[in-house]
Amino acid sequence: MPGQVQSIARAAAILRLLASSSGRLGIGEIARSLNLPKGTAHGIIRTLQDVGFVEQDKTSGKYQLGATLLHLGTSYLDVNELRSRSINWADPLAARSGEAVRIGTLLDGKVLVVHHVFRPDDILQTLDVGSLLPPHATALGKVLLAYDVGAANAATQREPEPYTRRTLVTARALTRALSEIRDNGWGAEIGEMTPGEAGIAAPIRGYGGLVVGAIGLSGPVDRTCDGSGNPRPALVTYVRDAARAVSRDLGATRW
Amino acid sequence: MTERFVVAIDQGTTSTRCIVFDRRGNLVSVAQREHRQHFPRPGWVEHDAMEIWRNVGKVVPRALNQAGLSIDQIAAIGIANQRETTVVWDRRTGVPVAPALIWQDTRTDLVVEALSRASGAEHIQELCGLPLTTYFSGPKLRWLLDHIPGLAERAERGEVLFGTMESWLIWNLTGGPDGGLHLTDVTNASRTMLMDLRTLDWHPRLLSFFGVPAAMLPQIRSSSEVYGTATAVLPGVRIAAALGDQQAALFGQTCFDPGEAKCTYGTGSFLLLNTGTEPVPSRHGLLTTVGYRIGDEPARYALEGSIAITGSLVQWFRDRLELISTAPEIETLARTVDDNGGCYIVPAFSGLFAPHWRSEARGTIVGLTSYITKGHLARAVLEATGWQTREVVDAMNADSGLELTALRVDGGMTANNLLMQFVADVLAVPVVRPMAAETVSLGAAYAAGLAVEYWPDLEGLRSNWHPAARWVPEMDAAVRTRERENWRRAVERTFDWIRPEEDPARR
Repeated sequence: MPGQVQSIARAAAILRLLASSSGRLGIGEIARSLNLPKGTAHGIIRTLQDVGFVEQDKTSGKYQLGATLLHLGTSYLDVNELRSRSINWADPLAARSGEAVRIGTLLDGKVLVVHHVFRPDDILQTLDVGSLLPPHATALGKVLLAYDVGAANAATQREPEPYTRRTLVTARALTRALSEIRDNGWGAEIGEMTPGEAGIAAPIRGYGGLVVGAIGLSGPVDRTCDGSGNPRPALVTYVRDAARAVSRDLGATRW
Repeated sequence: MTERFVVAIDQGTTSTRCIVFDRRGNLVSVAQREHRQHFPRPGWVEHDAMEIWRNVGKVVPRALNQAGLSIDQIAAIGIANQRETTVVWDRRTGVPVAPALIWQDTRTDLVVEALSRASGAEHIQELCGLPLTTYFSGPKLRWLLDHIPGLAERAERGEVLFGTMESWLIWNLTGGPDGGLHLTDVTNASRTMLMDLRTLDWHPRLLSFFGVPAAMLPQIRSSSEVYGTATAVLPGVRIAAALGDQQAALFGQTCFDPGEAKCTYGTGSFLLLNTGTEPVPSRHGLLTTVGYRIGDEPARYALEGSIAITGSLVQWFRDRLELISTAPEIETLARTVDDNGGCYIVPAFSGLFAPHWRSEARGTIVGLTSYITKGHLARAVLEATGWQTREVVDAMNADSGLELTALRVDGGMTANNLLMQFVADVLAVPVVRPMAAETVSLGAAYAAGLAVEYWPDLEGLRSNWHPAARWVPEMDAAVRTRERENWRRAVERTFDWIRPEEDPARR
């Protein structure tokens, strides 16, 4: 059996201490109770605060359990927060690529469009924030499925609806596509939802690398794909850069 | 040929930023540095103008480095700045004689009270387009002249210079004590209360009303023209634009035609409507101001409606009521209910601004029943911003005779879809957010690029403007009428709350 990770054990102890105390605790009280140097306790507390497990009272500076702990089972990042944090990166992606940009998260087995930036060509477009897309037939959806085992199992067990002849409708084809996305770090959809249209997407990660959404562009195949029918590498780079930039803003250090 | 770029310096209330733009108006790099806010007494807000000038020297090279650019690739510099903030400095040493008085600073309330009783006060707004309030530079300059020993005499002798932030920066960029150019642009000058809106020159009657010696005033120039060449920070680069920040946003949103309007949604919100080449006096509580002036062309005027509390109401909901933990969560909370449940919040936290101007009013929540949840309150918070926008638009339509056909929006609150949809619903016109989020900096860059022919004309700038999102009205007209009436009644309930003897600030 591998050895214990000391800081995780200490973090757990701090959480138990905060849970069992009737009021908020100061950093000194926490350090004394656990017999830790103040600096060590502070470092752990700060990380717990970053992930939302601990909250600091603004006036007293004391700590208590964070609201996040109460709904650990549900999505941790508010979708409106996600839009707010990504808006400054989604705009340049649309400007650079010349295509429409969408950000999505999974909601009850569908892709919820959280943010939509028009294609920058002044042709009248309709905002489709709040609409739901099929996960197996969109680049955003496949990327989200690739990093969510539960949703991926559900999607393969259902009979995926065939939108075009290219839609991935078998569990095997979809499973293979998802594994490829995990290997590459991005995904695409070419004519799988609408003939002649394609999409490219990459995952948005929060702290610890947790995938919290996907950002992608979509447009006609003749603009988004090269002569051999593959997504244009330049566009893939733009999408991945944007995804990384949003992830960095959300606190994902490694991406 | 190496590609060339335009540099915008956005000298704002909390920070100074440098943004580099390319020919398509895309943001190439950005560097930012905050400066300290000094609050020496209640109601006093000061900046250190020296610190701000040093920050310019830091952020500009950093923005260039980030993009890997050399100075010879910069075609021009444009400046956008916090408006009305007042600096007075020694022309020989370049040292400010006092901290800069920020637009938010209300120490001039007694100056303003005294001035409003002085003879000739009733003609001031006719000449300069502004009501007598603490915001504008004229009263702030009067306060400095009254309170700094010997300053009035030194000003008479021309030993000290007055300027708003763009004047201060341009003077320093062009050499400071060593031949620095002392000038301002029409938009900033239109916020001093010292300029005649029609002649675009300092007016002797206004100068004598405020007791300001002409010797200390900068020369008034166009918003877009080559003022001179920088000798510091970006030596050799032409300084070619200056605009107050809200006017810069109007320009960045390419509102070049009469009837075109933009609203910047931040802590407070500012709606500016282009009214063309004639200043439109307001009978409905708006400000008349210069929108911009390009070279020798006639100036374009604007009506401005400022809403004091918009984003700050969401902050209050977050920090004081603690019903949400981040500002964007207000949308999530508001979406837990279908409507406001009959509840309205009127955020008259320090009275009502445009178009009511009721300083004795205080905020209220009306329509409370046991049915109301925090979701309804969240809706009421967002709807307050929508209805305040509607009130300003109604006043603008009435004053200008122009009918708003679409509203261009920018600022942090445009990330809130529910709010933007509500604004479209209550205005009954489409609301459009452009791709370029940094409209203030972009406006300064556009005005500078235009002056050095980096961009050919206004049409060229317009073709850079693309909608990123567009919200179309969906509200039933009968619902709109009913809700408008409810809001009006809610606003009335805020009136006459503070009685002079009860005002705690005056005890």
